[in-house]
Formats: sequence, C-alpha cells, structure tokens
Amino acid sequence: MSKLTPVLSAHWDEKDSFTIEAYTRHGGYAASKKALAMDPDAVIQMVKDSGLRGRGGAGFPTGMKWGFIPQGDNKEHYLVVNADESEPGTCKDTPLLMANPHVLIEGCIIACHAIRAKRAFIYIRGEVTHVVRRVNAAIADAYKAGHLGNGIDVTLHIGAGAYICGEETALLDSLEGFRGQPRLRPPFPAIAGLYARPTVVNNVESIASVPAIIANGAEWYQSFGTEKSKGMTLYSLSGHVNNPGQFEAPLGITLREILELAGGIRTGHTLKFWTPGGSSTPIFTDAHLDTPLDYEGVSAAGSMLGTKALQIFDETTCVVRAVLRWTEFYKHESCGKCTPCREGTWWLVQILRDLENGTGTEADLDKLLDLCDNIMGRSFCALGDGATSPITSSIKYFRDEYIAHLTNGGCPFDPVKSTLFAGALNS
Amino acid sequence: MTTTQESAVAVEMITVVIDGFEVSVPKGTLVIRAAEKLGIQIPRFCDHPLLDPVGACRQCLVDIEINGRAFPKPQASCTIPVEPNMIVKTQLTSPVADKAQKGVMELLLGNHPLDCPVCDKGGECPLQNQAMSNGHAQTRLDGYKRLFEKPINISSQVLLDRERCVLCARCTRFSDQIASDPFITLNERGALQQVGIYEKDPFKSYFSGNTVQICPVGALTGASYRFRARPFDLVSTPSACEHCASGCDMRTDVRRGKTLRRLAGDDPSVNEEWNCDKGRWAFKYVTATDRLTQPLVRNSAGELVTASWPEALAAAAAGLKGKRAAVLTGGRVTLEDAYGYSKFARVALGTNDIDYRARITSDEEREFLAAFVAGSSTTYRDIDSADHVLLVAFEPEEESPIVFLRLNKNFKKRGLKVTAVATKQSIAMDKLKADFIKVAPLSEPAAVANIALTGKSIILVGERASESAGLFSAVAALAAKTGAKVGYIPRRAGERGALEAGALGTVLPGGRPVSDAAARVDIAAAWGVENIPTQPGRSSSDILAALTRSELDAVVVGGVDAHDLPESSAALAALKKAFVVSLEIAPSSVTAVADVVLPVAAVTEKSGSFLNWEGRARGFDAAVADSLHRSDVRILSMLADALGNPISLASVSAAAREFSQLGKWDGARISFTPVSATSSPAVSGDQAILTSWRRLLDMGTLQRGEDNLAGTRRPTVAVISPKRANQIGISSGQQLRISNSHGSITIPVLVEDIHDDAVWIPRNSFASQALVALEAAHGQVVTVVKA
Repeated sequence: MSKLTPVLSAHWDEKDSFTIEAYTRHGGYAASKKALAMDPDAVIQMVKDSGLRGRGGAGFPTGMKWGFIPQGDNKEHYLVVNADESEPGTCKDTPLLMANPHVLIEGCIIACHAIRAKRAFIYIRGEVTHVVRRVNAAIADAYKAGHLGNGIDVTLHIGAGAYICGEETALLDSLEGFRGQPRLRPPFPAIAGLYARPTVVNNVESIASVPAIIANGAEWYQSFGTEKSKGMTLYSLSGHVNNPGQFEAPLGITLREILELAGGIRTGHTLKFWTPGGSSTPIFTDAHLDTPLDYEGVSAAGSMLGTKALQIFDETTCVVRAVLRWTEFYKHESCGKCTPCREGTWWLVQILRDLENGTGTEADLDKLLDLCDNIMGRSFCALGDGATSPITSSIKYFRDEYIAHLTNGGCPFDPVKSTLFAGALNS
Repeated sequence: MTTTQESAVAVEMITVVIDGFEVSVPKGTLVIRAAEKLGIQIPRFCDHPLLDPVGACRQCLVDIEINGRAFPKPQASCTIPVEPNMIVKTQLTSPVADKAQKGVMELLLGNHPLDCPVCDKGGECPLQNQAMSNGHAQTRLDGYKRLFEKPINISSQVLLDRERCVLCARCTRFSDQIASDPFITLNERGALQQVGIYEKDPFKSYFSGNTVQICPVGALTGASYRFRARPFDLVSTPSACEHCASGCDMRTDVRRGKTLRRLAGDDPSVNEEWNCDKGRWAFKYVTATDRLTQPLVRNSAGELVTASWPEALAAAAAGLKGKRAAVLTGGRVTLEDAYGYSKFARVALGTNDIDYRARITSDEEREFLAAFVAGSSTTYRDIDSADHVLLVAFEPEEESPIVFLRLNKNFKKRGLKVTAVATKQSIAMDKLKADFIKVAPLSEPAAVANIALTGKSIILVGERASESAGLFSAVAALAAKTGAKVGYIPRRAGERGALEAGALGTVLPGGRPVSDAAARVDIAAAWGVENIPTQPGRSSSDILAALTRSELDAVVVGGVDAHDLPESSAALAALKKAFVVSLEIAPSSVTAVADVVLPVAAVTEKSGSFLNWEGRARGFDAAVADSLHRSDVRILSMLADALGNPISLASVSAAAREFSQLGKWDGARISFTPVSATSSPAVSGDQAILTSWRRLLDMGTLQRGEDNLAGTRRPTVAVISPKRANQIGISSGQQLRISNSHGSITIPVLVEDIHDDAVWIPRNSFASQALVALEAAHGQVVTVVKA
C-alpha cells in the first residue's frame, strides 16, 4: 500500500471522521489559525509555491487564480466552492464531504483570508441530500466553535440538479437566482463574478487541499507528484474492478498501479476501455495502463485528467452502448444556450441509437464524426466539447465494434454480462 | 459648446485586417461590425447592434489571430472587440470558419420546420436568407424533429411558434435590456428550451411588437398580421408615426390599397430601431367601415345628407362668409395641414382665433409655448448627455414611449439620474429608479422650484403642466436659475408642428408673435395680403365660451373629439349652436353637430410631416398611393377659394414649400409673465383631489378596431394611498367609486404610492373616462368611497 499518500482521506476509516471533534483531534483548524496570522499575500504565495492546481478538471494553478483578484478595490470579494459534482463517473467530492466536511470549511477560511473575502458560498448539488445535511451540520459546528462568524462566513447553497451549473459562470448565475447558463467571458469571475464582484470559484478538493499545504508547507506538498503536477489527489475508481473506491495518491500514478491497489479488474475479465477523468474526457484502452495520471501525461496521450474519475469497463461492455448512454446524458443536460451543443446532442443521440440498433450505416459514422467536429470548439462552453469526447475517442479505438453492430443487425453483446449480478444469474 | 468639446476628444481608432483588407474602427467595435464596414457579411442570429452581445447562436464564427497568435478554435465575431494587430479570416478566406458556420447552420435547420411556404417571415427571413448564403443545400439530419403545439399566445397580440425558434434570445434580451419588461424568458433546457411567460403574467409590454420585428425567424408573429400577406406582395413606404410626439420613423406596408402592417424604422437620432405597440398596431381606424367618404351637408330638415364637393364647399362658404368665425384644428394635424389652417384663419376668415390644443389648456401654457418652445430644439441627443433629467407633469412610458426608452437606455448604460415631480408613482419611474417627489395635485410648482439642477440637466415638461396653475412658470424659473434645458413634450403628434405653423392665437408661422408688427408685416408680405389681424386670438376654451355667448358665430373644426375638452357637454352645446364645418376622417361627436362635414385623408393616405417634440421634421409619403381622400390643406384651399379669399395652397408640397420659405422668426419673442401657483384644495373625510393621465393604450379613437392591441392594455384601476385605503377600509382589487356632481366612476382600486390627498384614475380608459364621466381630470375635489 506504499503508493497511497492519504492526506485528505487520512482518517476516513474512523467512525466519527466527519465530526469537528475528530477533525480537531487530528490537528484540524490549526492551519487556518496559522494562515489568519499570516499576510494574505503570503498565503497566496504559499499556495502558488505549492504548485496546487485546480482539481475540478481544468488544472488551473489555484494560487494564480487567487492572485487575479484585484486588491484594494473597495469591493466585496467572494469565494465560491463548486460542489456541484455531476459528471458521470465523478465521485470524489461527495465522499470527501461525507467523511470530512471540516477540511473544506477550514480551506474556505484560509482562502477567504487570502483573497480578502468575507463570505464563501458552497454550491452543492441538490440530489446529495445526505451530504447537504452533513455539511450544514459541520458549518453549524464551526460557527459554534468560533471558526466561522468572526469575519468569515460560509453559506451553503443547494443547486437544483443541472449539470451545467458545474460550469463556473453558470454556477454563479444559478447562485444569484437566475437560470444556470454560462456567461460570456470577459469579464472573468475574478473581475466580475458573483453579484458582479471579484470572485474565486474553486473545486471542493482544491480548497480542501489548502489546509495541509499551510500546515506542512509548500515544499512538503511539492515533494509529491510530478514536475508540473504537484501534490496528491483523489482517484475515484469505479466500474469493473474488484475493489472500487477512492485512492489518494501522488499525481502521476498509473492506472496499472491503482488497479493493483484495487485488487485488479473484475476477476476473470480483462480491461477494455476506461475514462481518465469522467465521461467528458476521451476514453483510454489497455494501451494506456502505464500513462502517468497527471495533467501533462494524460493530455499527451490524447485525453484530459479531468476529475480523475477512473471508470473501468471490461470486455463484456459494449462501447457503443456506453457512449450512447453518455450522449443521452449530455443531450439531457445541454442548457440550450448555444446552437452546437443544444442541437448537436439532439442529433448525436438519434444517430447513435440507429447505430446501436444496427439500423444505421457506415456513412453514419462519418456523419457522427463530422457533427462532432462541428460541435467541438464551436460551443459556448465546454459542455458541448465534452459531449463529443466519448464519441470521437470510441470511434478512434473501436470503429470495428461500431461496424459489427451494423453487420450484426444489432448489438452483439449480452448486456447482462456486464452487470454486477451477471455471475448470480449464471449460477 | 459641448459639441466642440466632444468632437475635440479623439476617438481611438484601431486598424485590423479582415480577409486581407484593412479597416480602421473605433476602439470597442466588435469584429462582426468591423467586417460590415468592409461590406463583409458574417451570418448571425443572436447578434443585434442595440442589444448586449450574447454569443449564443454561434453562427458568426471566424478565425482570429492577434500578434501572430491564432485562437485555437473559431471565435464568435459578435462578442470580440477589435484589437491592434488582429487578423480576422471570415468564411470567405478561412475554410475552418466556413465549415464551422455551415455546421451551425445545418444544426439550426435540423430542428426547424419546413413552414416557409406558410410562414409570415418567408421571403424576408434571416434564417432563410442565410441558409442560402451560408448553408448546405441538403441536410444530413433525417431523424425526428422536436415538436411543439403551435402557436401559443404569449399575449393577445404576439404569437409564438416554438418549433420555429432558433433560441437566439433577441426577444428576451430586448424585453429585459431595452424595455425593462422582462415578462418573457427562456425556459427548459437543451433542444426543448423555449421562450415562455409566467403563467399569471402574459407579455403585457408596451414594446412587445419590437420582438416580432427583431425575431430572425418566424417564431414570433403579430396576431393581426399572421397569415395576412407575403412580404413580396407588400409595397413599403417610409412613414412617420401619427400617434404621439415621440416622432418614430416607421415603415408602412400596403397591399392593394390596404395597410397590412407597420414596422419601426431605423433612426438613431430618434427611435433607434424601436417603436411602441400603439404605433405598430393601431392603424385599423384607417380602414374602419365607418370612414367618411363623401361630404355631408345638413339639410333643412336638420339631417346630414351626402353632397357633392361643390355643394358642400358652397354650403360651408355660405355659412362662414361674413361671420365671426374661429378655427380649432385638433392636435393630430400635419405641419402642412396646420399651416393651411393657420393661413386659412388669418386670410380666409380674417381672425387670429385659432388653437390646436383640443384638451385642457391654460393661457400660461400658451405664453410658455410662444416664449420658450416655438423655434427651440431640445433633443433626444441632449438626454444622452444630460446629467439629470427632471420629469414634470409627464409620465414618459404612457405619454411618449420612445422618450421613455431613451431615458431607460441612459439609465441602464450610464445610470442617468431621473427625478419626477408627480402625484403618483408609476411603472416607468420604478424602472428608471427615479427620485419620486410626491405632491398633491396643484402643488407641483412649489416642488419644482426646489430641484437642484445644473446647466447640463434637462427638464421634460408635459402638456399636463397646463392643468396646474404656475407650473410652467416654475419650470421657466428653474430653467432660468439653473441653466437647464427645457423639453416640452405634448402628447399628440401634430401639436409641435401646429405651434410652429402658427395654429395658435398669439403665434404666426415660424414662431412670429402676433403682437409684433414687424412679424405681421413679414407674414402679410409673404402671403400677399394687406394685413394680418392685430388682435391676438382666443384660446380653444375662450373660442368655445365665445360660441356659447354668441360672440362667435361659426367655427371650422379639424380632428377634435369633444370628449377631450375640459367641459365636454358645454363644448358640444356651444358647437351645436354655431355653424360648424368639420374636417374629419370618421363620424365623431363634432360631425354629429356639424353643418358641413368634409372628409379628409388619414395619415397613411397623404403625404406631409409631423414635428416631433424635439421640433424635428418627420416627413412621410402617402403609403396608400391611390386614395381618393385629400389632405386638410387642399380642402381648406378650396374652401378659401369658395370664400373668395384664396390661400393658394393647392397641395401638401405647396404648403411645405411656402412654410419653409417663411423661415424662423429671429426677432424678439413674447415675454413670459409668470403666473402664481394656487394651493391644493383642502380635503377631508371621503373627499380627495382627482389626478389622472392617459394610458398609452386606452379608448383613444385611433386605436379603434384593434382588439389584439387592446388586450395588452394595463388594467383600469383607481389608485389611492395606503392611509386612505385604511380609512375607507378597502384593499387592492375591491371596487372604489369616485364621484362628483357630474357623475361617477366605479373601478377596482390599487393601493400604491400616491399622495394621501389624491386619487388617480386613468383619464380615458375603459370604464374610466374622466373627462366624460366627471368632466374633471386634475385638481378637482371628488368623493371617494368604497363601492
């Protein structure tokens, strides 16, 4: 187990890990005390030096983002924590907040201090009621303990379940009470974000990583990870593996190594394809088992690190079926603002359905790729781009399987075999 | 002075290269607009030059590089301002941009129905046109399209075909950004996103028609025009709006002699590209079945019977010849017609007894007009540079909606400060976040006196200032004290022109005072007459009083509705007594008592011009080319011939030529004698002081026959203060009775921000016609009780 570096997840195995008592027992809220005594700019510098990059997918340096906030402008500043975790496969913030909500609250205190904000908003997706309750209780406890309410406040906002609200500007619109649709940039949130005030929008994990950096120093954090991707992070392993779950490891670990930690692919099966960072990142195959899972490594191999949501699919899975399901998700979640995404996903689904049912033609594959080319990079925000990733990458690696659907007159797979209960049915 | 300062400020110009051609444009110009300057048309749907960029449709994608660094993907040219060293490649030179645009077009058409053969927009549709210029000839998308029930009414006058919508959000952005009426918004998401209304709040905006006009597809259509015509069957004529003094540039579309629709014209100095729904949709009065088409003469039995033109003119001349006669033109005359009336009164009737003001007036107002308004020019552009606008006796959205849009633009873009001295809070004041100085009716002058203004401020004063003694005097004093500019805004389209044409007892054409001998000589020489009557003329109320007292025998009346006059029953009795020649387009309370009725042309049937509140000429040609109706001036000229005192204005163009040759008066103006204010009457118990103004959409005669438009009227309500509501024991929605010795009005009450002593009612709305029912409008004591 030596490859794991549990920091965020260090005490998740304790029954009361989510309580303020457990958190303080392990030194919690000492980092914020330390940070509050520091000059805000020194805090920003420390986060810059640590090399921490955004864990929400794009990997933008967190300290640099904080540094964009204009200082001395006599305006309110806001910190907004993006906890609208909605991407298929992505499941790191939810367990993090269930197991240790206080690390986020402490991170909020430090970040607010650094960017001179008096208030942080945590925007959490509405479906995860259990998490909402746990974070609410934690906020109340933090107020009771005096960590909040002394110049820094935290407000929890519950989203209404739109994937687009994970896009930072749509999140801000939603938080302001409008329909969540992405905003035109510029102005960027750092200049005119929430209520047109300078705003930092960070992912849960990014903010939660900050207390450890303050407590242990930038150099300590730098000592983990690779050249340009520093620190450790949560890899969320799901799908056809024997022991799925969260694996906190330094950036740059490979899937082969994580699979070893997770007891391997479902026994008796082999890896077919996987996503490195959720459904909107182009899929990988067993050829990428040794690709370093850091921002640069995944990018060089033609995908994106994204949210490090490693969805594992073994050879029983029909790639066409999986891609269609994802595409249906994007069609359902497209906000409707721009033409390529709104209209494109509508037609992508129809063409993919024809292909899955064996009623399409080989020409449909080219049409599909051409439509993706007309959506990718043409949409207003990244949702449209994400919708094309599974399609283009799956055709790249599994074109023959698409064609097999056509020659077979339908899907050649038995969908039951890919289910968890497949074994139970056979016996 | 300010203009030289402004022109001294150099605009920073930026040079960019688009498709290999250099173009210099002011800093901040969007790429799509810079391309237009080169004549390069980048296709677009959501982009509109008067709306904030949104970048939603993605049709205008182009390749851009700056300082040699290319954007990795095509950019929406409608959202990106030009920058130095920018090189743009549009669809004309970039295969990537061309493919991106064609790809977006294919997707837009994918879910768009093939309605073109029956769609109102077919033939003038940006989607149709750009699909031809920037799209594939064939679609590859052969699955199922989204389907919606069609169409749905989002108001009584606007219909929505949701499956035609390309979701460009022009309509919703217009309603929010320009009109501040965010009653429509986008709902749902993905391809099922759609424009919608809140179920309890339909799209009741005074400006909703603009959304139909700027819709780039046939998704929004006007209920009155839907399925009526194809664009290529229409003959379009540039025209001007006859409904109010805003002065909108318009386009009138006619098919086979019938006006089928009117659109807002494009005049950046005035209405930009907008107009109000009244201007757009209230034109059916022209084709009403009761239009007067033949002259009528009252026979010996007292009945109006059809007569030939020679008969009618002879009868009119006989009735006027040698009589003490006056002229009431009404406020809807064109400049040329007003000039005809003005000359007719002086030359044919030998009198200065002429007044265009068919409403509540005062001599204070008449002096104010002659002293400060005639020949002046406060403009929309002045609002754009004002530091503060004071509204006096003027409710902009109801009484001059384009002035409201201009105020709103300046409020939204640069936080223009607006102050309103009024008896009641209004929707427009709320939208403009105006400083509301609440006064009791008749107490306005004291409030006006204390407003802090500067030389860059503007006072917009409405015609209703004539209803509070001393108010025009207070405005004049404030302007003199602070150097603020005054804009006088009458309600009707013809009033400013009539003033300049001298259709007023104290003013000759060009703002020349009747009292000035040199001015009279000027005009007498130009007209080739011995002299101009020296005695200043009577005002409209004095003319009616003189008719009652038999000090006048006859009157020539233009478009006057007796129900607009302060004492309508007395006015009608006076007219009944006198010999009346009525020039009208349709039967009215005046034609009913007239001795000779001469039918005249409506605005779409004649050429001419209006002067809007700025004094700016708004010329128009006859939209209906083959109308048999004649303009007032031509008929007056024939009547003058019959009287033996020719005015020699045989055509509108002759009148226009002669008027412009007269030029403006450059001599001294009438000196203005201030009038002191009266105090508000004391009220107690169930007494209140009445106050009222007209709503944009009401019982006005020019709105007749347009039920779809009437459906978006604001509700008829009486407004009282919370304190009074408490006293009466009434709450919003319950019936309130407002009464005096003349009669009563019973309508639902709305408890709102109004002076405790006052009660407000709409002046001429359904069930609330103040001047008819109460013969009162502002400042009179009425009884207010729960009904």
